[in-house]
Amino acid sequence: MILRRLAARPVLLAAGLLVALALPWLIYPPVAMDMVCWALFAVAVDLLLGFTGLLSFGHAAFWGSSAYLTGLIALHSGLPFPVAVLGGALAAAVLAVPIGWLSVRRTGIYFAMVTLAFAQLVYFVANQWRGLTGGENGLQGIPRDFFGVDLSDPFFFYYAGLPIAVLGLWFAWRVVRSPFGRVLVAVRDNPARARALGYPVDRYKLLAFVLSAGLSGLAGGLFTMGHGFVSLEEVYWTTSGQVVMMVVLGGIGTLWGGVLGAVLIVELGDYLSTAGFEETGIVTGTVFALTVLVFRRGIWGTAAWLTAGRRERAADGATVPVGERENGEPVRA
Amino acid sequence: MLQQAFDGLVSGAFYALLALGLAVIFGMLGVVNFAHGAFYMLGAFGAYVLLDHWGVSFWIALPVVPVVLGVVGVAVERLLVRRLAALDPLYNFLLTFGIALVLQDLVKREYGVQSQPYPRPSALSGSVNLGLFSYPSYRVFVLGVAVVACLVVWYALSRTRAGMIVRAATERPELTRALGIDVGRWVTPVFGAGIALAGLAGVLAAPMRAVNPLMGSDLIIAVFAVVVIGGLGSIFGSVVSGFAVGVLTAVTNFYLPSLSQTLVFILMVVVLLWRPAGLFGREEGVA
Repeated sequence: MILRRLAARPVLLAAGLLVALALPWLIYPPVAMDMVCWALFAVAVDLLLGFTGLLSFGHAAFWGSSAYLTGLIALHSGLPFPVAVLGGALAAAVLAVPIGWLSVRRTGIYFAMVTLAFAQLVYFVANQWRGLTGGENGLQGIPRDFFGVDLSDPFFFYYAGLPIAVLGLWFAWRVVRSPFGRVLVAVRDNPARARALGYPVDRYKLLAFVLSAGLSGLAGGLFTMGHGFVSLEEVYWTTSGQVVMMVVLGGIGTLWGGVLGAVLIVELGDYLSTAGFEETGIVTGTVFALTVLVFRRGIWGTAAWLTAGRRERAADGATVPVGERENGEPVRA
Repeated sequence: MLQQAFDGLVSGAFYALLALGLAVIFGMLGVVNFAHGAFYMLGAFGAYVLLDHWGVSFWIALPVVPVVLGVVGVAVERLLVRRLAALDPLYNFLLTFGIALVLQDLVKREYGVQSQPYPRPSALSGSVNLGLFSYPSYRVFVLGVAVVACLVVWYALSRTRAGMIVRAATERPELTRALGIDVGRWVTPVFGAGIALAGLAGVLAAPMRAVNPLMGSDLIIAVFAVVVIGGLGSIFGSVVSGFAVGVLTAVTNFYLPSLSQTLVFILMVVVLLWRPAGLFGREEGVA
């Protein structure tokens, strides 16, 4: 059983990479780029939600602020686009330090509300700082410079952007698998015990928050490069909600589930808007509500549960790790 | 300046009504209702549709729409929210987020994003002399209704038998159950009442604010900040901080207009630094 699962891992990885490489042949390349960006964003949010137990409803602040800064760097400096994206990601991480420092004082539902409020603060600042952000017009005509290589074709840009996203995904995987990641899980499952064992719980939460924000920024910067413009929507609360939706649909605490959730939601949105159906919230909201009601393990979580051995299943109890209750016990679904 | 402050009291009345509904629901169910803003929007649209399609006046819409929305709230609690009651409250937060998206886009599909006109009721179209300045009588009416609604909720919770049971069930659900009271039976009407308050705020908003599908979503996030300031679960705190935030925002708008939209969030940061549990809140774990 264990041997079979060990063998399955490289096969899954190879299959995932193959699909990622073939994607712009299969679907419209800009949509493929969107999927990659949202996938990285969802994984970044799951790093915080699934592995630290903190539901942030304000990650649009990091995705969006990086989108703006990446756009500004590319517009005014002429540096190669990966530098602009990295600059945006760094800015998002820096912004996450004060926001995270204040937010980790609260847990659970409070944390969600506080992060949401912070994101709205960032939204209003972006809206009013017209000189820098262009207000409601956003930033337009952002160039994709890369040592003189012509990347204006979205098909080629996909292959230029993909390695950055893959690096981000690999980084998230490394974080989760590191000793640091194990401490995060301990903080999620039993903060009181983690504290008693000598781990500074709030500092771990803050670091996880900053890492998650930095990765979200990487995704947001890449998204800006893919579109060539930044709009206010990137910092709006719907963006924060959308990414949480992707994580829950894919499976909280599965890391790769977020990728699946992102691909499905982006595809669904693209399908609906191609069909002339503008009010995507009716469909995505329903899908999301149903997922929360009857399908809380998500796609990846369900697949893992089905393929796991019976003994593992019993031992694991298939926890759905969201937040912590007042008594600090994890909640089982 | 004084008139600005009065404007602030009126917008504070909306914050207070919405925050009060959120606080009542949170106290009883431990659920933060993301769809609260959507129900506020539905309240305004309810009044608009009644007038536009059937010519039903404001005075009939004022009691009818909140009651109808309260019934919708009861159905939502029974059919959906209850299923997740035993789980982490975050799941219900996510569920109500999904519901909010659906409601908002359903209305958007029907009426588009442009604002719908709603005339002020003719009896309140003039203005009243408040001594120092004259003021639109409709706004005075809004303030009056909001204050009365807050007092009614306060009275119902602190002076009636039903309110006693609700407070007991909020503080010590197991002990209340042990005393022979069916706590579960009280959850549904409380949820309905909270939604009805949001609907009432919506009807009141129809003649003075733009009636459009997005009117609730921006407001509700500011109300979340209001509730964090007041202390989540504190009914008194939510009302006081609602009015206070309204007044402070209006005064800021007078001196520093660029800061007025962000003020509520800045206040939230200050409160988080100073008293993480909110001005009137208790430490986490109790609430």
